[in-house]
Amino acid sequence: MKRIFSHPKALRKVATHYCPGCGHGIVHRLIAEVVDELRIRQRVIAVAPVGCAVVAYHYWDFDGCEAAHGRALAVATGIKRFRPENIVFTYQGDGDLAAIGTAETIHAANRGENLTVIFINNAVYGMTGGQMAPTTLSGQKTSTTPSGRQVSLTGYPLKISELLAQLPAVRYVERVSVHSPQEVMRAKKAIRQAFINQIDNLGFSLVEVLSACPTYWYMSARQAMDWVRDVMSKEFPLGRIR
Amino acid sequence: MGRLAESKTLMSGNEAIGEGAIRAGCDFYAGYPITPQNELTAYMARRMAEQQRIFIQAESELSAINMVLGAAAAGARAMTSSSSPGISLKQEGISYLAGCQLPCVIVNIMRGGPGLGNIAPSQSDYFQATRGGGHGDYRCIVLAPDSVQEAHDLMMLSFELADRYRNPVILLGDGMLGQMMEPLKLAPFNSLKRGKSKQWALTGCLGRQPNVIKSFYMQEGQLEEFNRALQGKYKRIQMQQQRWEELYISDARVILVAYGTMARITRSVVRRLRQRGERVGFLRPISLWPFPQRAFRRIVERRPRANLLVIEMSYGQMVEDVRLAVEGRLRVEFLGRSGGGIPSQEEITRATARCRRR
Ligand SMILES: Cc1ncc(C[n+]2csc(CCOP(=O)(O)OP(=O)(O)O)c2C)c(N)n1
Ligand code: SF4
Repeated sequence: MKRIFSHPKALRKVATHYCPGCGHGIVHRLIAEVVDELRIRQRVIAVAPVGCAVVAYHYWDFDGCEAAHGRALAVATGIKRFRPENIVFTYQGDGDLAAIGTAETIHAANRGENLTVIFINNAVYGMTGGQMAPTTLSGQKTSTTPSGRQVSLTGYPLKISELLAQLPAVRYVERVSVHSPQEVMRAKKAIRQAFINQIDNLGFSLVEVLSACPTYWYMSARQAMDWVRDVMSKEFPLGRIR
Repeated sequence: MGRLAESKTLMSGNEAIGEGAIRAGCDFYAGYPITPQNELTAYMARRMAEQQRIFIQAESELSAINMVLGAAAAGARAMTSSSSPGISLKQEGISYLAGCQLPCVIVNIMRGGPGLGNIAPSQSDYFQATRGGGHGDYRCIVLAPDSVQEAHDLMMLSFELADRYRNPVILLGDGMLGQMMEPLKLAPFNSLKRGKSKQWALTGCLGRQPNVIKSFYMQEGQLEEFNRALQGKYKRIQMQQQRWEELYISDARVILVAYGTMARITRSVVRRLRQRGERVGFLRPISLWPFPQRAFRRIVERRPRANLLVIEMSYGQMVEDVRLAVEGRLRVEFLGRSGGGIPSQEEITRATARCRRR
């Protein structure tokens, strides 16, 4: 009998600490599936963020490194330059990649580092209790925007992917979502592409994933999926950006 | 002179540090320009390329130290260099390097502070270097050369100690040492097989269980256990790595204590006073952490009535370690300036005379 579905080798069989309906777990699995399919588990080195995914290296079954909040792309640059034969990726939230780590992000992209970036946009800071992120939507309530994000005071949702797509050394940028089975399949395809680009030495590739945080959106898991589809993806349109 | 020219080259301190790193087998350099260490960054840009090793001009000191963290995690001999304000920015990364037990070398060519200060030589980052500097209970090994030759040689040692103890090592110099030219006998190239012995390094998990480099311990009791292990390592370093130079201690009534550039000036004062028959001694800490307490304990035993005069290009930082080392059993006086002024030979001579009278 042909086996068509099983637990990815690159994903450890442990329970994660993520809340029900959280997008992190889905994306972890997609990365593990891609790593298995490309047969690169023994070459991969993950760089984990500071954010809800801080211990992602305990969920994957390959080498992993910690980075201080926002510094993942500097750490990944150091690893990849010294070990170009390895496949190095960062996994970062929106606070990590687009607030405290903005400089590291833009300059790693501008140098065209041959890296893969998986960027989890959940429009809030999950780990620290649901504060405003650079990607928080206008009007969205968070613990630091209690009456809704007011763009006149706090700026607009930051479209870091569109910004990065302007840089000549950037190879590939795509925004995907994991709110429905079809979108999950598209997300996996994009993640796969971002890893293949690195294997082929094509340079900086980033996949932004719109990812639910039911806990700090104060919604049920189901409502959160619908919110991504109906509201969030209007502000952050899905598709290939570069 | 002819023989000297054959066996030695003339180099600035900054360049000698760079060449020391090259010869120690440094695989990876990342840095960000800042005076008075720019010659070192430029030297590494040229020499690392010649040697087909990795040089990156980072977008900030924050990024540079985190690139070093990545390279070190992957098993490289990695370094960065900067001067005081840039070293302040690196503190978060240094704390993570210490917490992840990663080897690396950090060169600080100190300038005047606080704030932007100025670019004059200074020794006012002693506290920052020897106390940890960033958050958490950690220590860096700190070595302080007083000549171009020693700066070069201590670079070789720095990489060795970093690897041996899996710990950051700081080479602490100042603008004067960085800029000054002196004849230098080059160290032989280190021939180690790079990265081979680092079982813990990130290389991809081919043929082994995955490795993880982290400083994060959330489970009850884990961090305390880890910190106890770190403290055990620091104890070992304190036992094994105290380094100093001493002169004329056996009959000294006043012992002058200084490190780095300040020690050069102090040593020449001591030599002059000795020629005049004065019973003056000299002690120069080379390892600032671990502080050479053993040297001071011996002075307490051998010269129980001597006075100590500590001289620094700061308003009194190392002097605290001297006082801790002698535990109140010897009188400790202090002379210091910083922000542009350097205690002169005359000032040191006068301060020595005051110490003798007491
Ligand atoms: C230097 C520093 N500043 C602040 C923090 C606290 N902190 C931890 S995670 C985080 C934000 C996480 O948000 P994000 O990157 O969006 O990831 P998420 O938790 O939403 O997945 C902050 C501010 C920290 N750990 N280090
Ligand atoms: S707080 Fe949000 S991002 Fe964090 S685990 Fe829970 S749902 Fe996921």
